[in-house]
Amino acid sequence: MSRNIILSVISFFIYLLYQVLILQNVVLFHTAFCFLYVAYLLLLPVESNPLTMMAIGFVMGLSVDMFYDSVGLHAFACVLIMYLRNYWLNNLTPQGGYNTNDAPSVSLNGLQWFTVYATPLVFIHHAALFFAEIGGFSMFWFTLWKIITSTLFTLVVILIAQFLFPGRRSR
Amino acid sequence: MERLILFVYQNRAFFTFLFLELFCAWLIVQNNAYQGSKFFNSSNGLVAAMNSFSQGVRDYFMLTEVNRTLSEENALLKRKLNLQPIAVALPNNTILRDSSEIGQYEYFSAKVVNNHVDMVKNFITINKGREDGIEPGMAVVSPLGVVGKVKLVSNHYGVVTSILHVDVMVSAVLKRTEHVGTIQWNGKNPDQVEFNYIPPHVQPTVGDTVVTSGYNAVFPEGVMIGVISSVDLNKDALFYDIKVRLSQDFRKLSWVTVVKNNRGPEQDSLEQVIQKLER
Repeated sequence: MSRNIILSVISFFIYLLYQVLILQNVVLFHTAFCFLYVAYLLLLPVESNPLTMMAIGFVMGLSVDMFYDSVGLHAFACVLIMYLRNYWLNNLTPQGGYNTNDAPSVSLNGLQWFTVYATPLVFIHHAALFFAEIGGFSMFWFTLWKIITSTLFTLVVILIAQFLFPGRRSR
Repeated sequence: MERLILFVYQNRAFFTFLFLELFCAWLIVQNNAYQGSKFFNSSNGLVAAMNSFSQGVRDYFMLTEVNRTLSEENALLKRKLNLQPIAVALPNNTILRDSSEIGQYEYFSAKVVNNHVDMVKNFITINKGREDGIEPGMAVVSPLGVVGKVKLVSNHYGVVTSILHVDVMVSAVLKRTEHVGTIQWNGKNPDQVEFNYIPPHVQPTVGDTVVTSGYNAVFPEGVMIGVISSVDLNKDALFYDIKVRLSQDFRKLSWVTVVKNNRGPEQDSLEQVIQKLER
């Protein structure tokens, strides 16, 4: 148990540093952003306490915000998807149900299931982020385009990371 | 009362969610205000140290560009020295007529440690802060053009609102005809800003230079902003749609100069007195 917590803390910092040191510089065509740190939140064990998860989301979001100089934006989006995550997971319960410490990853339920699980959450995260950033719905189509391209980019990178490090957090 | 507490307890996930989201929203709104939030930003020591490291790596790829800009600026300054051996040259290229203008502006060199161009509201972090004499409200320029305005400072770092920020407006003047308008970014292309409020009787052409006007107490007069890249006049429109190509490529920002206007507070307080009287 404590081993899991230590691993979680370490990977928290790996995801955070990777995001702010490297992926911060990666923006395709000024529209497609890659927010890989969302994967950390998506891969937390299934049956975590929702309060803990929102707290983790908040801390992660705020840490990323400090580097992006966008106080509260990432935290807002992260808390939102952490709140929605459990309801969405309950809708997607596979036949055998979940085990307590399962991470909802590709290695657990396969690529198709993971895509169905991750896509809406990533999309909601990006939508909340970009619309909150611009402070409303002015420039709606441009922002929507940014959201869609960024969602695709982030998803592809999350999937690649899953195949590179399969089952890293599934114990 | 007991039932109320029970209700809150049973829905604690929802209420925590609500509380955290409201807190975040409060942070966002506060950060959009002029001064901004004091703690959770990149002028925080640890964050800035890590950003400097990251920028250090990026700098290697920009060395050629930085060297070229520096040597060009050096050459320009030398030429000016030769041309005006006696008269004191002001930064804005005019020859000094009044000795009271000496020392109006002070210049501090600073290094960029973090820079964004792709957000809608972009900020730049520099490695000079309160202890180096930087204060919120000072102008930031580069050898090639306008960069932004200092938003807040910590002891050793400062956060600058880039002019690539949708809420920032800079008073600018069309150099050839001397008509004054406003520069504002539309949030899309980081190479290009919009030049607003130029009435139809003016004839701007593609290639005209746009510089700062010096009407506000922040930027010195005559700092380069860019050249006009397209001019459109819709039928019945009150103003032109002018696009200006920025002379400073914001993706290649590495060294900047912070400008302190020693007369700024004086001008501001005088203008405030007038505004109060008129009201």
